[in-house]
Amino acid sequence: MRYMITLSVIARPDTPPPGELMEAIDKLGEEATKAGALLDNGGLAPSTEGARVELVGGKLTVTDGPFAEAKELISYALYQVRSKEEAVEWSSRFLKIHRDLWPGFEGEAAIHRVYGPEDFA
Amino acid sequence: MTGGDPNRVIEAVWRIEAGRVIAGLARLVGDVGLAEELAQDALVIALEQWPQSGVPDNPGAWLMLTAKHRAIDLLRRRSRYEQKLEEVGRDQERRHADVDAEAALDDPFGDDVLRLLFTACHPILSTEGRLALTLRLLGGLSTEEIARAFLVPEPTVGQRIFRAKRTLSEKQIKIELPPPAEIPARLASVLEVIYLIFNEGYAATAGTDWMRPSLCEDALRLGRILVGLMPKETEVHGLVSLMELQMSRIAARTGPDGEPVLLLDQDRGRWDRLLIRRGLAALDRAESLGTLGPYGLQAALAACHARALAPEETDWERMAALYLVLGHVAPSPVVELNRAVAVSMAYGPARGLEIVEGLRAEKALRDYPQLPAVRGDLLARLGRTAEAGKEFERAAELTRNERERTLFRRRADALQPDK
Repeated sequence: MRYMITLSVIARPDTPPPGELMEAIDKLGEEATKAGALLDNGGLAPSTEGARVELVGGKLTVTDGPFAEAKELISYALYQVRSKEEAVEWSSRFLKIHRDLWPGFEGEAAIHRVYGPEDFA
Repeated sequence: MTGGDPNRVIEAVWRIEAGRVIAGLARLVGDVGLAEELAQDALVIALEQWPQSGVPDNPGAWLMLTAKHRAIDLLRRRSRYEQKLEEVGRDQERRHADVDAEAALDDPFGDDVLRLLFTACHPILSTEGRLALTLRLLGGLSTEEIARAFLVPEPTVGQRIFRAKRTLSEKQIKIELPPPAEIPARLASVLEVIYLIFNEGYAATAGTDWMRPSLCEDALRLGRILVGLMPKETEVHGLVSLMELQMSRIAARTGPDGEPVLLLDQDRGRWDRLLIRRGLAALDRAESLGTLGPYGLQAALAACHARALAPEETDWERMAALYLVLGHVAPSPVVELNRAVAVSMAYGPARGLEIVEGLRAEKALRDYPQLPAVRGDLLARLGRTAEAGKEFERAAELTRNERERTLFRRRADALQPDK
C-alpha cells in the first residue's frame, strides 16, 4: 500500500532549523529508503513561489502566491508499506526528531492512502 | 502514542524492525532459530507492555535490549551443564555487557542483515524453505501470512521454516558472509529467492486475495534493502529495476472483468510513472556499474516498453538485440521465442518465423502454449490464415489458464470463419 504524507508547520521557532536536524532528517530518509519503504520525497518552497488555480461557479481563477495559511505545507513523502500503522510509525519518527532537535517547532504530518491496483482488483 | 490499536502499532514496528533485530540477535547467539525465538519473546513482552506504557521512543532498540536480556536468561536457564554454560553466559555477558542495546542494533553497514539474508537463502536449503525463511526472518511476515500468500496450509509453512532452521543447525551453517570467491553464486541464490517471491505475487495479480500480489511489494522491499547493503553489485540494481518496471504495469495487466490484458494492448496511462522512473534510474545504476547480467538485461528489455509512450514507439531493434545478448548469457528456448517476437516486430513476420521454426523441435517447448500462439500470430500476419488458425487451436488446447484459452479460441475462430 502506498501512502502520501504531507508535513505542515503549525509553529515555527525564531531560530533556523539546526544543522543536527537536517542531518537527522537525512539519516532517517536514508534509513527509510534502505528499509525499502520510502519511494520519493521532497521539500516544498514557500507559497510565494506557488500559485493556485480555482474553479468556482464555472469560472477559473489563477492566483499567484503567497497565501496566508494557518499551516504551511513544507514537505511530502511517498511511502510503500503494509499498513497505515507503518506509515504512522515513520511519520512519528520524523516528528520525534523535530521535537528533539528543534525546540518550539510544532507541526503536523497528514497521512493519506494512495489508491493502488489493489483497489481495482 | 495515542490513537490506533496498540497491537497493530506493534505489528507495524515489528515489520520495520524484525529483520534488524533478528539479524543482530543471530550475531549474538550464533543461531537463526534461537535468534528468532528470542525476538518473538521480545515481541510478546511488547504486546503485554506497550498498550499500557506506550510505544517507546526507539522501539527497535527496546526490542533488541529486551531480546538480549532474554538471551542471557535463556543461556543461564539452560545451564544443565552448569559450569560450561555459565562460562558461555559469562562470556556472552562479558562480550556484550558494555554494549548497550542501541549499539547492538547499530549496524551501520547492515552487515548483520546481509549475513542473515545470505544464510536464509543458503543453497543448502530447499527453494521453498529459502522463500519461507526469508519472508519470515527478513520480511517480518507471520507464518499465516506466508501461507495465505503461497496458497498452502499454515502447518506446511511452519514445517518448511522448521526444517530449514534444522538444516542450518545440523549442517552447522555459520551466519556469515560468503568468502569473496563464492559471492557471485551465493548472491545469485539470494536474487533468485527475491525474484521467485516477486513472481509468485505477480502471477496472482488477477486473483481476488490481495495478500498474494502484495508479495510483489515484499519482494521489492527486500530488493531495495539489498541495494542499500550491496550498492556496488550491478545485478542487484538490475533485479530491482526489473521488479520496479514489472510492478509499474500491475494496474494495467487486467481488464474490468479480471481478464488478462496483453502488454501491447495495455492502457499505458495506467502504468505507474513513479515506479517507471525508479526502475529506469535503477537500470542506469546497473549499467554504470558493469556489464548487465540476466536480471539487468531483462530490466533493459522491460525498459524498452516503459520508455515507449505508445506501442508503436517501442524500440524493437534494441529489444531484438537485447534478447540475443540475454540468449547468450542465459540461454533458454523461451528467451529465443521472445526474440522471435521482437525480431518480427523489428524486421517483419517472415524473419520472426524463421526463428520460431527452429524452435519447434525444442523439447522444452513441446507443451508450451506460447509457441503455437506466437507461430499462429506470425502466420496470420503473413496471410497464412488456415495454418494460423490451427496454431491458435493448439495453443488453446495447451494452456491451463481459462481466460487465456478464451483469448486463443477467439483468435482461432476469427481466422477460420467457415469452421
